[in-house]
Amino acid sequence: MFKKISLLFFISFILINCSGSGDDNVDDNQLLSYDRSKMLIHWADKIIIPAHTAFKETLTNLDNSTTNFVASPNQTNLDDLRSKWLISYKSWQHIEMFDIGKAEEIYFKSKMNVYPIDKTWLNNNIEKGSYDLESPNNYSSQGFPALDYMLYGIGLDDVSILNKYTKNTNYTNYLTALVNKMVSGTDIVINDWTAYRTTFINSFENTASSSVNLLTNDFIYYYEKGLRANKVGIPAGVFSGGPLNGNVESFYKKDISKDLLLEALGATIKFFNGTSYDGLSSGPSLKSYLSHLNSNKEGSSLDSEITVKLNSALTQVNSLSNNFVIQIESDNSKLLVTYDALQAVVVLLKVDMLQAFNINVDYVDADGD
Amino acid sequence: MSTSIYFNKKSSSAPLAVFRIGFGLLMFYSIIRFWLKGWIETLYVQPQFHFSYYGFDWVKPLDNYTYFLFLICGTSAFLIAIGLKYRLSMFIFFLSFTYIELMDKTTYLNHYYFISILSFLMLFIPANATFSIDNLIKGKVYKKVPQWTIDSLKVLLSIVYIYSGLAKLNSDWLLKAMPLKIWLPSKFDLPLIGESLMQLEWVHYAMSWGGMFYDLLIPFLLLYKRTRLFGFFLVIFFHMFTKVLFPIGMFPYIMIIGSLIFFESEFHIKILKFFKKIILSLSSINYFFNDSKFKVIDLYEIRKKKLVLSIVSLFFIIQFLFPLRYLLYPGELFWNEQGYRFSWRVMLIEKKGYSVFKIVDQEKGTFFYVNNEDFLTSLQEKQMSFQPDFILEYAHYLGDSFTLKGHKNVQVFVDSYVALNGRLSQRYVDEKVDLYKEKESFKHKKWILPLNDEIKGL
Repeated sequence: MFKKISLLFFISFILINCSGSGDDNVDDNQLLSYDRSKMLIHWADKIIIPAHTAFKETLTNLDNSTTNFVASPNQTNLDDLRSKWLISYKSWQHIEMFDIGKAEEIYFKSKMNVYPIDKTWLNNNIEKGSYDLESPNNYSSQGFPALDYMLYGIGLDDVSILNKYTKNTNYTNYLTALVNKMVSGTDIVINDWTAYRTTFINSFENTASSSVNLLTNDFIYYYEKGLRANKVGIPAGVFSGGPLNGNVESFYKKDISKDLLLEALGATIKFFNGTSYDGLSSGPSLKSYLSHLNSNKEGSSLDSEITVKLNSALTQVNSLSNNFVIQIESDNSKLLVTYDALQAVVVLLKVDMLQAFNINVDYVDADGD
Repeated sequence: MSTSIYFNKKSSSAPLAVFRIGFGLLMFYSIIRFWLKGWIETLYVQPQFHFSYYGFDWVKPLDNYTYFLFLICGTSAFLIAIGLKYRLSMFIFFLSFTYIELMDKTTYLNHYYFISILSFLMLFIPANATFSIDNLIKGKVYKKVPQWTIDSLKVLLSIVYIYSGLAKLNSDWLLKAMPLKIWLPSKFDLPLIGESLMQLEWVHYAMSWGGMFYDLLIPFLLLYKRTRLFGFFLVIFFHMFTKVLFPIGMFPYIMIIGSLIFFESEFHIKILKFFKKIILSLSSINYFFNDSKFKVIDLYEIRKKKLVLSIVSLFFIIQFLFPLRYLLYPGELFWNEQGYRFSWRVMLIEKKGYSVFKIVDQEKGTFFYVNNEDFLTSLQEKQMSFQPDFILEYAHYLGDSFTLKGHKNVQVFVDSYVALNGRLSQRYVDEKVDLYKEKESFKHKKWILPLNDEIKGL
């Protein structure tokens, strides 16, 4: 009797193993699981690399305008430089979440968009005329927020701002150094993507260091810190007990804080949906991955739940003033409501989506049981 | 009296020696592995705060002396393996290992608890009766030991298996194949089976039911001679398979080596002969194995037998009852986790949480949110986010910290969301309850919001 049962178990195990190896010979393109490899190719070729290329173009324009402005610091050139800076700053909002590979290695985002700036430190740099922009001490004295200050904050009006540049070459020098640093950093990241692309798209396993897991974590981290906390939460005072209006993004230009947030939120929604950078096509995405896993939860599925919450966050953002400094001073509660709407998505991404993917929140090295 | 007949039964001392050697070596290796992975540093030295078991908040890591603690633990494990000063080594191992496990409940694992209670039981078992250095020192070797000492190990292993099988008798595990339905498809990168079997729904069900039957039946398959070999084959297959699927560290090896205790004496005598051969081939000294140097004694008599038997009986009564304490709590066990630990609920649920704490000045009404990274490691944050006792302890720590920093009238609230076994996340803790005023106790925590669903079963 027992021998028969054991034989039965044995045969079933062998059958299981055979069917396992048998299925593996089926056409590689027909996976039973979600095709992460296709998703990675889509991410790299239709979203990440085009976003970087487009960003580089805006930066080249910014660079050229800087050269013109430095050669002749007048109102026309200042206006031109300012408009190029804004275009580029908006374009940057599509890049910041991809803190992976070379970008992560060279602390790209820390050199591009740390705010508020350290005004004393920055002015000290200008005065001394020597500085090491590689040093972490200078993260809050460079990048877009530093340009914001250089173009809008160093004088009370345009005349006094222009005066600084015409009278003191330290200003033009620092401006040039800042833009050069941004260009060179971007070049390093873009050039690396040519080679890194292969590594990136081939790393589709479910391990702590695989592309899917890394980028998914980066995406959530960006949404939680870079977007939700930095752009809204910190200025609105949710971490400090009182509003900190000096911490809004583009504190000196002021009336673009909403535009930047809209751009960033739009970029995250596009990435979640798998919309290509040019907006013309769409492909495999976190959203379609979720619907593939069919994580059907009591009526509404998780992927549409996230879309609903993202859209309601978008509605909240749209109701804000262009100028967050004014918004904080007149009615901070609107910003707090926006924060809550953004926060509702964090829960779905970090808890529900990661549970569905079975990805760890971060690299946690310890045994389980 | 049949019980007294049973307690006078004798059996070969070889199985205990094999068990002791296996246990000692595995523990010795575990400690070295833990050390080399840098976990002493990341889990015990670096964190600024540690989560304590209720009543054990006096057990804390000892900064850099924590390494010394692991050194003591590892050394005692090695001494157990070679059987030098067995009882003292076992006592030191039990104390140091248990101390380590009590330092921070973030690292709680069922098999660590198993090691702790097993090492307690082994204090009363003459596992050094043969094939030990103690034999050399005393010049005595014992051929037999009381049968119950071997059986007690079998009983403890059976408790682990059967309770973990009973825990699987619930609607999520059996009727929804949860959480395997989440875990297995995510193993798409396994060779051969990743893109095939792991993705198939019937496999998720088959493995859920198979796992349940395995846990419930394996002690019996191992107990009966006719099914023993097949059972052991299943033990190896099951544990190696779970080893491939999940990061469960040393647990599979402990269970495989542990299961050897079910085999008959002749098998263990052969193993010991094999060991002897290896040792002899390594050293030319025949002295140690010259039987004439030893006084061969037939039976190892347990000293203070009555006392020992009552302690061991009490130990098993507790082991039988402790996993059932969850019945005393209202609400869903998997959700509230009251009485979840120390009950052999192994790889049973998939739970993720997100908990943000709000510090409120009660008088002014001002508030701010806490950045958990400022206080916790990522592992601690992960564990804290979905376990009520962690949330409460952390809330008190935050309350104390901010009060110390000069904040007045501190209240601590939490925005907590938890997802269980693939259900959509829902609010976990009543956000209107000031956790700083709630006290930890063994009573039901009323501030946990109920799960919007029912899980049927044990």
